[in-house]
Amino acid sequence: MSLLLAIGFAASALAPFLYRRFRENFGWIAVTFPLFMCAGFLQNYPHVAAGGVVRESVPWMPSLGVNLSFLLDGLSLTFATIITLIGAAVFLYAGAYMKEYRDAGRFFLYIGVFMTSMLGLVLADNLLILFMFWELTSISSFLLIGFNHHKESSRKSALQALLVTGGGGLALLAGFILLGQVTGSYELSALRGLHETITSHAYYPAIVALILLGAFTKSAQFPFHFWLPNAMEAPTPVSAYLHSATMVKAGIYLVARLNHDIGGTALWQDSVLIAGSATMLFTSMLAFTATDLKKLLAYSTLSVLGTLMMLLGIGSPLAIKAFFIYLIAHSLYKGTLFLVAGTLDHETGTRDVRLLGGLRHKMPVTTATAALASFSMMGVVPLVGFIGKETVYKSVLQLETWGVPLITAAVAANAFVVMVTLLVGFKPFWGTERETPKHPHEAPLKMLLGPGVLALLGLLFGLFPNLFIATMLEQSAMSILSESLGLKIKLWHGIDLVLILSFVTLFAGGLVYTLRNALPERALELSIPGIIKPSWWYDSLIDGMQKIARLQTRLVQNGYLRNYIIVVLFTAISITTYALFQALDEVSIAPDFSVTFYELALAFIIIVATFMLVTSQSRLKSVVALGVVGFSIGIIFVIYGAPDVALTTFAIETLNVILFVLVLYRLPKFLKLSGSSNRVRDAIIAGSVGMFMTLIVLFATSFELSSDLKEYFAGASLPEGKGRNVVNVILVDFRAIDTLGEITVLAIAALGVLALLQLRPKGET
Amino acid sequence: MYSVILATASRYLLMLLLMFSVFLLFRGHNEPGGGFTGGLVAASAYALYFIANGLDAARSILRVDPLRIVVAGLFVAMLSTLPSLFMGKAFMSGIWVDTGIAFIGKIGTPLLFDIGVYLLVLGITLTIVFSLAEEDNR
Repeated sequence: MSLLLAIGFAASALAPFLYRRFRENFGWIAVTFPLFMCAGFLQNYPHVAAGGVVRESVPWMPSLGVNLSFLLDGLSLTFATIITLIGAAVFLYAGAYMKEYRDAGRFFLYIGVFMTSMLGLVLADNLLILFMFWELTSISSFLLIGFNHHKESSRKSALQALLVTGGGGLALLAGFILLGQVTGSYELSALRGLHETITSHAYYPAIVALILLGAFTKSAQFPFHFWLPNAMEAPTPVSAYLHSATMVKAGIYLVARLNHDIGGTALWQDSVLIAGSATMLFTSMLAFTATDLKKLLAYSTLSVLGTLMMLLGIGSPLAIKAFFIYLIAHSLYKGTLFLVAGTLDHETGTRDVRLLGGLRHKMPVTTATAALASFSMMGVVPLVGFIGKETVYKSVLQLETWGVPLITAAVAANAFVVMVTLLVGFKPFWGTERETPKHPHEAPLKMLLGPGVLALLGLLFGLFPNLFIATMLEQSAMSILSESLGLKIKLWHGIDLVLILSFVTLFAGGLVYTLRNALPERALELSIPGIIKPSWWYDSLIDGMQKIARLQTRLVQNGYLRNYIIVVLFTAISITTYALFQALDEVSIAPDFSVTFYELALAFIIIVATFMLVTSQSRLKSVVALGVVGFSIGIIFVIYGAPDVALTTFAIETLNVILFVLVLYRLPKFLKLSGSSNRVRDAIIAGSVGMFMTLIVLFATSFELSSDLKEYFAGASLPEGKGRNVVNVILVDFRAIDTLGEITVLAIAALGVLALLQLRPKGET
Repeated sequence: MYSVILATASRYLLMLLLMFSVFLLFRGHNEPGGGFTGGLVAASAYALYFIANGLDAARSILRVDPLRIVVAGLFVAMLSTLPSLFMGKAFMSGIWVDTGIAFIGKIGTPLLFDIGVYLLVLGITLTIVFSLAEEDNR
């Protein structure tokens, strides 16, 4: 599996080059990538279906408990299949849809990275690896939402999604670390059998709160739902893929995955149940005033995400069954409808549902596809969505205390979902034809095939539910509940309360739809007062943060280098001096006065150069004097046997002088020399730093310097690091990960310098 | 302030200094030197060439944008961390191959890592030097 993921990242990196080469037919090339991955996972299907589990582990940073361990069981195989199958439809579709965009090659890079990361997320068997892929999906989602980065709304939405999901991601990491503290391992498999230990631990409430915060932000649960409708700024294939079928289900996956190990308590179940049902009801109502096809779909997605979360909260075997069927059904029909919405936008030039109508003659295939997916979404026999909704109702009805209010909420929410379906799946195609900005034609094959296949799969799974779903359900239930369900999935149960509820839902949905159409235009534009909207709180938080940042920048970063230096030096001295005086009586100062002639000479040169440096009236002279001090110190390093440090010092000093000379041109002469009071201040600071350094040196030399590390590195350098230069072996081998971090920081610093110097608006100096 | 002597000398010095920097890089594992110092020396070689012949000449003799060298350096350094994973060892463990050739001896991933550091330091320094120099031309 790690090999498949490695191939995934490599293939994504190749995408921009291949796109440039095969522009026209790139869709057909791109689709092979998810199909290949899909085949790679499905070859394990017989093994997993028989109850087997595929495990794989490569140590990465074993000392930190981070291993590249992966696990393929029913749950992850189901998700992997959804991700790659819908990925195939989306990749093919995007091959045609993205043609008009600039940098479409980059789009395929991002979406390929996303697909691979999402696969990594559902396969990960190590919490920290899972977190890494989790963050990668957030980042690729950020890049994809902001793909039209010339539009301010795109950038804003991308940032919003990143901040909300990224903030949740941090909480998730904290939760994982606490969980690791409790169990002593970050391996997911190691959690098995520790349920008692975890749930009775004092950290347990914190673990639940943090992990659920991560899951709720990612899966856009109320009150974090607001980023998802805004994420519709992304190109439509992205909305179909990330923001309905896959990424937003990551939080749900996590809750399902951990349900067995840390769930089962009232705290866990109730939190999930309440968040889920609130999301299901509230967000579906928000769809009432929406007019944009994609926004309508986004609100119904939110409602479904809430329903899925609610089912996990109920947690009964029947609820898990409903969860599983509904999950698959939703991915299939919602992916399809998003792609249909994209086709409509592409062909007519508008996504405003009020402007669309009567397209059935011009776009017959799209009409059929949309109808098929819509029937599934509304829960009509014989599609898989029907089974999904039936099972959801049935599992809610099973509840004793909360059954009645929850079933009311579920029916109400689904009525709004039916309204959305009527608006998106039928209204654009039926009725009288309307004038649109573009003249619509049937979409090209690449844009018909993917959604068509997904819609047909919805029918296939509805007619033959035992084909794939039942087997995978059985195995997934083992992962979620650790018990076998033994439940059969049937399309038709006969006429019972649940079926009646289904009819009520359809009827109520039709009613809401009629009501919406009957309302005057202006009623749809009524807005909710800001303060009760969670997005208002988000905006205020961001504004407030920027205000504080501006204030703090004015105070601390005032642009005067001398102030920065004063702050840095004072902080260093005051803290360290305190520690020094605490240990003063342990110091026995016995300076060694045996000096050689050249040491004296060097000291003399340094003192003279320093004197020149501070008294000089010209910059050039100061720079040269500073260079002299630097080189002299380099020579001291040579004398005291630190040739590596000396070599680096010499190189740095040389470059320093060059940099100074470059800057020097641009600076005015010393027009204003410091006044006497400033000089006194500077002298005091310089003097105290000098005394402080002297003290430190005396202090350090008065102790016997012996350290295990020194001996270890000196001894291990040649046999283990294969080098005699201990300093270098430490840098590139023993502590190479530190060096890697440092050079990464350096590279970012170079980008910063470049941005500051070169990317300013023209004419600004 | 163009100087014929400096311009001519810098051409030979560039080559000498670059060779010296590579020498430092390879020697670093056993004697004083290493990627960091080597990169700095190489950067000063180009900086010297730039002082003698001007920015455009220096850019053209470097051929690539220094920022690309930074990226390449980081990439090489990252790359050197991977072989250990495929050999089933812990991330970033050094892997050494004995070539058996005289003078070259053993070659390992830490060397690759050091080459990455060398390129990165070279690229960063030149990015800063060239950017500052461009400021002058504005």
